[in-house]
Amino acid sequence: MSEPLFSRKNLKLLSDPINDSNPITVQVLGICSALAVTAQLKPSVVMALSVVAVMALSNVIISLLRNTIPNRIRIIVQLVVIASLVILVDQVLKAFVYDVSKQLSVFVGLIITNCIIMGRLEAFALGNRPWQSFLDGVGNAAGYGVILIIVGFARELFGSGSIYGFQIIPDSWYIANGGFYENNGMMILPPMALITVGIIIWVQRSKNRKLIED
Amino acid sequence: MDRNSNTYTFIYAAGMVILVAAILASVAMALRPLQNTNIEVEKMQNILASVNIESTAADAEEIYTERIQTQYVVNWQGEVVEGEDAFDIDLKKEQAKDLEERLMPVYECQTEEGLKYIFPMRGSGLWGPIWGFVSLDSDMNTIYGANFDHQSETPGLGAEISTDWFQATFSGKEIFNEQGELVSLTITKPGQDAPEEHKVDGISGGTITSKGLEEMLLSDFQSYSEFLKKKKS
Repeated sequence: MSEPLFSRKNLKLLSDPINDSNPITVQVLGICSALAVTAQLKPSVVMALSVVAVMALSNVIISLLRNTIPNRIRIIVQLVVIASLVILVDQVLKAFVYDVSKQLSVFVGLIITNCIIMGRLEAFALGNRPWQSFLDGVGNAAGYGVILIIVGFARELFGSGSIYGFQIIPDSWYIANGGFYENNGMMILPPMALITVGIIIWVQRSKNRKLIED
Repeated sequence: MDRNSNTYTFIYAAGMVILVAAILASVAMALRPLQNTNIEVEKMQNILASVNIESTAADAEEIYTERIQTQYVVNWQGEVVEGEDAFDIDLKKEQAKDLEERLMPVYECQTEEGLKYIFPMRGSGLWGPIWGFVSLDSDMNTIYGANFDHQSETPGLGAEISTDWFQATFSGKEIFNEQGELVSLTITKPGQDAPEEHKVDGISGGTITSKGLEEMLLSDFQSYSEFLKKKKS
């Protein structure tokens, strides 16, 4: 308990998953939702924030309970905690940002099956104190969220010519209006999300020496 | 207490379930009014969209009360049923009933181009329910506007029924043929043999959803047919 809240070790819990051990690009977890919700920036941002909330809270709760959880049903306990938090998030979205919750529809429910969350609970929260678990949760969810937002940004820009719903490409550029430009319909479809993630992984590996395998 | 004993495990699991159930139930109840308001506002927006009036979640209620001044419920013979609120009718429940007992809402909207009648519809797509509102001119034949939505159609394919460009192709189409029979619309691929005024181009890759939409229009217009004929003459 003598350790300061933001010691170097604790900060590393927060920053590591954003680059060196990013859940999507390095561990390749949580890909399914990364492909599904990123056709536009807005749902990507909301999904990222929802995952941050669910992940941080479930990590803290499991960490607080870690000395009471019966070993034989620990996976079930983790699942109950995640599922309840996801339902809470879903209810709150439905009440306060209805249009976004409609867009995310089933994907909010799918946070339950997001491998990153259970992976962190099992690997980290069960063996660490709440504060560290909180940082680890936020860090991993942020690492996931950052990739989601980059992919969402690229797909919305090239697929729909807008960013966060605001049109970026002028109308007069489009071929339909006598211009030279056409949105790339492929960007809207899930395969391009996978390819975008692939490009991000490529760029990251070429920049980050630690990730280069012999 | 031994954390690995059966008793401990059982008590732990039971306690956890009861606690979680209590929390979730109370949150759901506390947020229910807000969620219901959102659903109602969305319905108002959809009704307005079917007569080509744009609205946002913030001003929908105001525009709705201003523009949709008359709404009532009719039965299969086209008679107005008293004492029912059209807006509160649950289409899913009504469609499960026999036609003779069905309550069917009608909304009237005064637009710059005259009086329009709006009919709610509901059917099935590929994966789940689809629904919408279709508005007719006062000749009860020409479609003025349409708005469709769906629960879980495939994005980019069947889900396109909720896009503006698809809905825009409905306006101007006619649901009665020259002999005065209700033929509704055919939603099909271009080049298919059907009279132009009764045909809408379907969605490539969304054939089953398009067919579902076609059936929805036909069966729901049919259940309104007595009302339509009455108003027509």
